[in-house]
Amino acid sequence: MTPDKKTLVHMYETMNKIRMFEKKLQDFFAAGEIPGFVHLYLGEEAVATGACSALTDKDKITSTHRGHGHLLAKGGDLKLMMAEIFGRKTGYCLGKGGSMHIADLDLGILGANGIVGGGGPLATGAAFASKYSKADTVTVCFFGDGASNQGTTQESLNLASAWKLPLVFVNENNGYGISCPQCKSMAVTDIADRAAAYDMPGVVVDGNDVLAVFEAVSEAVKRARNGEGPSLIECKTYRWRGHFEGDACTYRCQEELDEWMGKDPIPRFEAKLVESGAVSKKEAAAIQDRIAKEIEEAVTFAKQSPFPDPSELLDNVYA
Amino acid sequence: MPEKTYLQALNEALRQEMERDEKVFIMGEDVGQFGGCFGVTQGLFEKFGEERVRDTPITESVIVGCAAGAAASGLRPVAELMFVDFIGVAMDQLFNQAAKMRFMFGGKATVPMTLRMPQGAGIGAAAQHSQSLEAWFMHIPGLKVVIPSTPYDAKGLLISAIRDDSPTVFLEHKMLYGVSGEVPDEAYAIELGKADVKREGSDVTIVATSLMVHTALAAAEKLKADGIEAEVVDPRCLNPLDKYTIIESIKKTNALVIAHEAVQYAGPGAEIAAMAAEEALDYLDAPIKRVGAPFCPVPFSPPLEKAYIPDADDIVAAVKSIR
Ligand SMILES: Cc1ncc(C[n+]2csc(CCOP(=O)(O)OP(=O)(O)O)c2C)c(N)n1
Ligand SMILES: [Mg+2]
Repeated sequence: MTPDKKTLVHMYETMNKIRMFEKKLQDFFAAGEIPGFVHLYLGEEAVATGACSALTDKDKITSTHRGHGHLLAKGGDLKLMMAEIFGRKTGYCLGKGGSMHIADLDLGILGANGIVGGGGPLATGAAFASKYSKADTVTVCFFGDGASNQGTTQESLNLASAWKLPLVFVNENNGYGISCPQCKSMAVTDIADRAAAYDMPGVVVDGNDVLAVFEAVSEAVKRARNGEGPSLIECKTYRWRGHFEGDACTYRCQEELDEWMGKDPIPRFEAKLVESGAVSKKEAAAIQDRIAKEIEEAVTFAKQSPFPDPSELLDNVYA
Repeated sequence: MPEKTYLQALNEALRQEMERDEKVFIMGEDVGQFGGCFGVTQGLFEKFGEERVRDTPITESVIVGCAAGAAASGLRPVAELMFVDFIGVAMDQLFNQAAKMRFMFGGKATVPMTLRMPQGAGIGAAAQHSQSLEAWFMHIPGLKVVIPSTPYDAKGLLISAIRDDSPTVFLEHKMLYGVSGEVPDEAYAIELGKADVKREGSDVTIVATSLMVHTALAAAEKLKADGIEAEVVDPRCLNPLDKYTIIESIKKTNALVIAHEAVQYAGPGAEIAAMAAEEALDYLDAPIKRVGAPFCPVPFSPPLEKAYIPDADDIVAAVKSIR
């Protein structure tokens, strides 16, 4: 399944958007301007972009603590995201959620999540609702290698398979759950192997190749829409930054980081686009400039926005 | 006496108990070389090795259940959850398994496990990383609930928790890790269920826990300027609860304010207030007042989070409403 030119350009825009957004946050966090934690998605842009490009606006996703990439790829608004991360009243969650809880139900984003493994059961529910109401929507559940070990994740795989739900489990295997390398947290090399236990397809893809991710997820989405049930796609990737900003990353070595930075998904994709003539070098530069501007606007919007007022504290506890 | 932080005091307690008893081992996420999310287990991996300082996968229900099973099989585990909020994932293993085993089995099982978990707001970590959940644990027969406020208490209580033969929930406050105080170098145990009067006073008793002990002490200084002498009582354990010390204080001051960071509604203060009403009403000359968090999840944005956490002025206002 080769994406059309419009999709290719959109993918390129999305990956750059995520990259620049996260770099901005990295700087602002270092400058002490962002409260709480931020978990950056730098280096993993191809996974969210490839997966969400295989979805329609009506399809749904559940995200994780490292959610900015998923949200942007699903169409999240730069300004509302930035304002939320800065804790402002104009943000997606009125400043109440912050980086780990951004959601946009209208865009099918059932929320980032502070609980590792928290998304699987919710994605199962979203997929069930779709099947129940014959809505023809598919849900993508993003989860990490670490999250794959939670009971909630395994239980969700099982139920989704038993009920043949339209669900695609997209595993982002970046090799670590905080400091814990994959080899210490599980005995399998490929998380995709676990799919066999639930009688669903399990596929390993290069998570730094946006087209490979797109292709695999598109196939799984097609299956899901056809009523054939869930799939598990493992995307091998790497996070460039520490687990959260401020993590000294003593548990991994420079060579490993260098090796993965050499597999930067953005120039790889750009080279393909330029080579195939889908995008010229000049067009690529223009896209980058435009996105940089949009991000500046989002920052200005966030910084000029007011903080919420303490009188709003008790709003929205109940419907 | 040497000065140590709350974090160092906890670390020292772990080290000394591991040196004393080789049945003691540590397990949890990133507790090994990484030293724990907040650094409490720093250096222990290097000293005791990976057999005794065990990194687990992200698998809270098994962390808690494995500790319970190992404890029932003769070991003395100290398990860590990175944030108390994650107990949601593991609650069955704690409240249906660990807590009830001894009773259900007619006294045949012993489950000497300690479960350490940091609580509390104050670092902008939002709704799923900032809660104070002690009331959940207090409600479960079979669990002991320890909640230290100072470095001295942290060390002595952790040592007791580890030596105790019942499953013990040990609740640290992340805003206390950097707080310093006097801590002896040698190992010492503080009996579980013994309150400590952190400040003596004659006009009102403030029962406070964890970080709120410090807030209550700050409130007491403000009240002193207005001629009100507050007695600050830190129960240190919520189960067993030292009713005696609380009631003795009420007898002296005739007024009770309870302060905690947990949500006020059905919070730990409700039990303490009920106990005081049942057992010391004759000594009270004013209504009991509670200071706790409002009935909402912990918000992210700094001004909201600040408004959420009870402060010294809230405690002063509660005292002034009855004194
Ligand atoms: C239930 C639960 N346990 C532990 C944590 C703390 N924590 C946050 S992210 C993380 C690592 C997650 O690893 P992985 O799923 O591989 O995602 P990655 O961070 O690598 O993207 C941990 C342990 C949490 N937030 N929730
Ligand atoms: Mg990971």
